[in-house]
Amino acid sequence: MTVLAPERPRTAPDSALGRACRVRFSPGRAAAWLYIGVILLVTLFPFWWILRTALSDNVAMPTDPGSLLPVHFTWGAFERALGIAGRAQAEAQGGSGAAINTPLFLRNSLIYAAVQTTLVVFCSAMAAYAFARLRWAGRNLVFNILLGALMVPAILTLLPNFIFIRDIHQLNGFGGLILPGAFFSAFNIFFLRQFMLGLSTEVEEAATVDGAGRLRIFFTITLPMTAAPIATLSLLTFINTWNDYLWPLLVTSSDHAKPLTLALGVFKQSSPQAAPDWAGLMAATVIAALPMLALFMVFGRRIVNSIGFTGIK
Amino acid sequence: MATPPRTMVSPSSRRGDAKLAWLMITPAVAGFLVFFAYPAVKGVYYSFTSFHILTPPKWVGLANWREMFGDSVFWHSLLVTAYFVGLSVVAGVLISLVTAVVLHRLTGSTVIRGLILLPFLISGVVSALVWQWMLDPQLGIVSRLLEKITGSHTLFLGDSHWAIPTLAAISVWKSMGYNAILIFAGLQTIPASVYEAGRLDGAGEAQMFRRLTVPLLRPILAMVVVLTVIGSFQVFDIVQVTTRGGPANASNVLQMYIYEKGFGELDFGYAATMSLALFVLLSAITFTQMRLARAGETDLA
Repeated sequence: MTVLAPERPRTAPDSALGRACRVRFSPGRAAAWLYIGVILLVTLFPFWWILRTALSDNVAMPTDPGSLLPVHFTWGAFERALGIAGRAQAEAQGGSGAAINTPLFLRNSLIYAAVQTTLVVFCSAMAAYAFARLRWAGRNLVFNILLGALMVPAILTLLPNFIFIRDIHQLNGFGGLILPGAFFSAFNIFFLRQFMLGLSTEVEEAATVDGAGRLRIFFTITLPMTAAPIATLSLLTFINTWNDYLWPLLVTSSDHAKPLTLALGVFKQSSPQAAPDWAGLMAATVIAALPMLALFMVFGRRIVNSIGFTGIK
Repeated sequence: MATPPRTMVSPSSRRGDAKLAWLMITPAVAGFLVFFAYPAVKGVYYSFTSFHILTPPKWVGLANWREMFGDSVFWHSLLVTAYFVGLSVVAGVLISLVTAVVLHRLTGSTVIRGLILLPFLISGVVSALVWQWMLDPQLGIVSRLLEKITGSHTLFLGDSHWAIPTLAAISVWKSMGYNAILIFAGLQTIPASVYEAGRLDGAGEAQMFRRLTVPLLRPILAMVVVLTVIGSFQVFDIVQVTTRGGPANASNVLQMYIYEKGFGELDFGYAATMSLALFVLLSAITFTQMRLARAGETDLA
């Protein structure tokens, strides 16, 4: 059942050249490790800085802006971001009275990302099965037409979609937020079809002989056998939806359905230019990024391998 | 790739297949027609109308297109976008390539590859916010550090010369890991024997990189370049959160300008026209690039 990008045997230069070099120190290797060190530092430092700022006291921060550790360690910024700090306390700590309503936006993000992911991955899996396993006239034609959607930049369809969503009175609600991306994703269909084509047909044939219908085969055999790529795809879709900005910006102007990513951007723009509540903002950022990082902790290897897989294909 | 499934059913049940197939693709096809094909056609139609959202669109022929060709802000924003794309592609692809090659030589560690992927997983908004904070003219850790090293004070996002390079740097920071992993996967497909042969012929590391690695990686590199170009041309969130196109239009990238026209000035007809122009431009660039890079072929075959 190793349908996910297999761990390729490392026959590449590692074994041939690498082993000989590994024996003794060489300046080239040291320089290479130094380069990786610099890349990792530049990549990871901003994450530490988010955390360091979020745990700092916003009023005290200007006294020691270069400190690598939190300035006057406090959970205050998180309390402000989560709305559990009183107004007086928030203002005393350098937050604005109009705090960002993180719990509401977090809920919205969860609904948006979870519903959209579930729907679009399921619809894509069904379509992928029809394209990979069923025989019907026009199969390749329809597939190629759908695939053409990959070429069209989002902006072309965004404005007309906005008008359409407005005309069916779905602005400022989850309907308008979710509908356009809920049923069709060219990439998802392509990705899952590739995996299904690679599956052995033996089990399905056996089930056919036993009299199982095609729909039943899809649900009881093909879906379970593609569980791994479906999980990967769900993960990628969830992350993309969670981070989506432009479409939510167009259709959710009220707070009711606004996702956290959008709320963060808007919050930054509306805060006073002179002294924004950086600690509070960074605390909210931690809360927005945490679910993605948690998913990554659990599924990191799978994500890394699947990106490699899309590249090879 | 597309191995057709073996025929395993009798002709009578094959007709059942067609019915079931259409049933199964109905949601996807409906989503495609309603939220993709239909709006795309409507977008084309809007580009020939005067449309201010509250009143119905009115046919004006080529007026929007004429306006666009004479709109200096549009040309400026196209130029700004091209500058951003150029910087992102050159710096992004170069750094990703070097990182992938170095990683491939040193270690197969999935952990390190995972770590460099982290920025890709967080939203553009979060990336933009943290860099804006680190580059804050007064309190930003990076601008203070650079001031100490160079002795001069730079405003970065607030400076009309630095705004685009800074935004490109943020964009490269965010996407470098993703590209490096794509290239890394490509490197893993190059058999070791190729390098052994090169070594026997007396080639040095640099020469092997130039003569063997880069040509063999061409399909993957072409894909990374195309993805970066398409993505960069549509940059929006990091600009909208940090500079909103400023200072003085210095970072007014195309998608920002389209957004401002459409939702700031409610000039939908004109916004649709520019969207369509962007689409035509992207299609042309993608097509040319795929041609030039001969992306479908690898020298490995």
